[in-house]
Amino acid sequence: MTFRRYLVLAVITLTASLGDTFLSRGMKSMGPVSLAHPGALIHAIFSPWVAAGIVLLIGFFASYLTALSWADLTYVLPASSLGYVIMTLLAKFWLKEHVSPLRWLGVVFITAGVGFVTRGPSYTDHSAGPTAELRAEIEDAEEVRR
Amino acid sequence: MTNPHAVLATAAMIMSIVVTATAGDILTASAMRQVGDLDVIRRRSGIPGAAAAVITNGRFGLGVVCLALSFFSLLFAFSHRDLSLIGPAATSLTFVTNALAAKFFLRENVDRRRWTAAIFVCVGVALLAF
Repeated sequence: MTFRRYLVLAVITLTASLGDTFLSRGMKSMGPVSLAHPGALIHAIFSPWVAAGIVLLIGFFASYLTALSWADLTYVLPASSLGYVIMTLLAKFWLKEHVSPLRWLGVVFITAGVGFVTRGPSYTDHSAGPTAELRAEIEDAEEVRR
Repeated sequence: MTNPHAVLATAAMIMSIVVTATAGDILTASAMRQVGDLDVIRRRSGIPGAAAAVITNGRFGLGVVCLALSFFSLLFAFSHRDLSLIGPAATSLTFVTNALAAKFFLRENVDRRRWTAAIFVCVGVALLAF
């Protein structure tokens, strides 16, 4: 794992939690949406908070797919679950919601889980893979440049 | 919720979310393994080339369909049961089913460390409901 790859995991974590929080903030300011009036959901898309949330969630999906191209699913999912911790912190300090002691215990469990998985290898190497030769060439070229 | 039919219906709703979410995650992860390292593809053919490689993959399409089904199952469940029950139950169970499915379908090396992480995150997410 390189610094750039840890950065991609950080982007997954941040965009997922900020995206969800922005959506929640936008939908709360709109009030309850009835299934009898689905047009209100289309209107919601154009509100600044919801639109920003959608942009962030598109960024999340792109960085999530990038991470899955070089790391295992069982590495990426727990490693990026720090988003739940960030969401709890945002709920407490930005949305001013009450966070119970059990929720703080949940935050401790998630942080410990992330700590466990990120100390291990990120990828199960089954075979060379479709881009292995090109990657080796790039790494060789970088070595020569150094 | 003491009515056995209501309990069964809730379990069925949670299971449908978990099964479709797990299928979606496994198919997308499998697609990305087929496509290869996106950083390498981006260097070779730019961002449009990397996007094309992902979008034209059949498993990716199936994965997105499953993730969409999971999203609609979640919305359906929210219209019948409380968010505080469905959300954490489905999300935390998905961590465990993903670890199982990744071991059997993707043949990932799910060692003791990864099991511990999946279970810790599963318990942590469940606690966030309280």
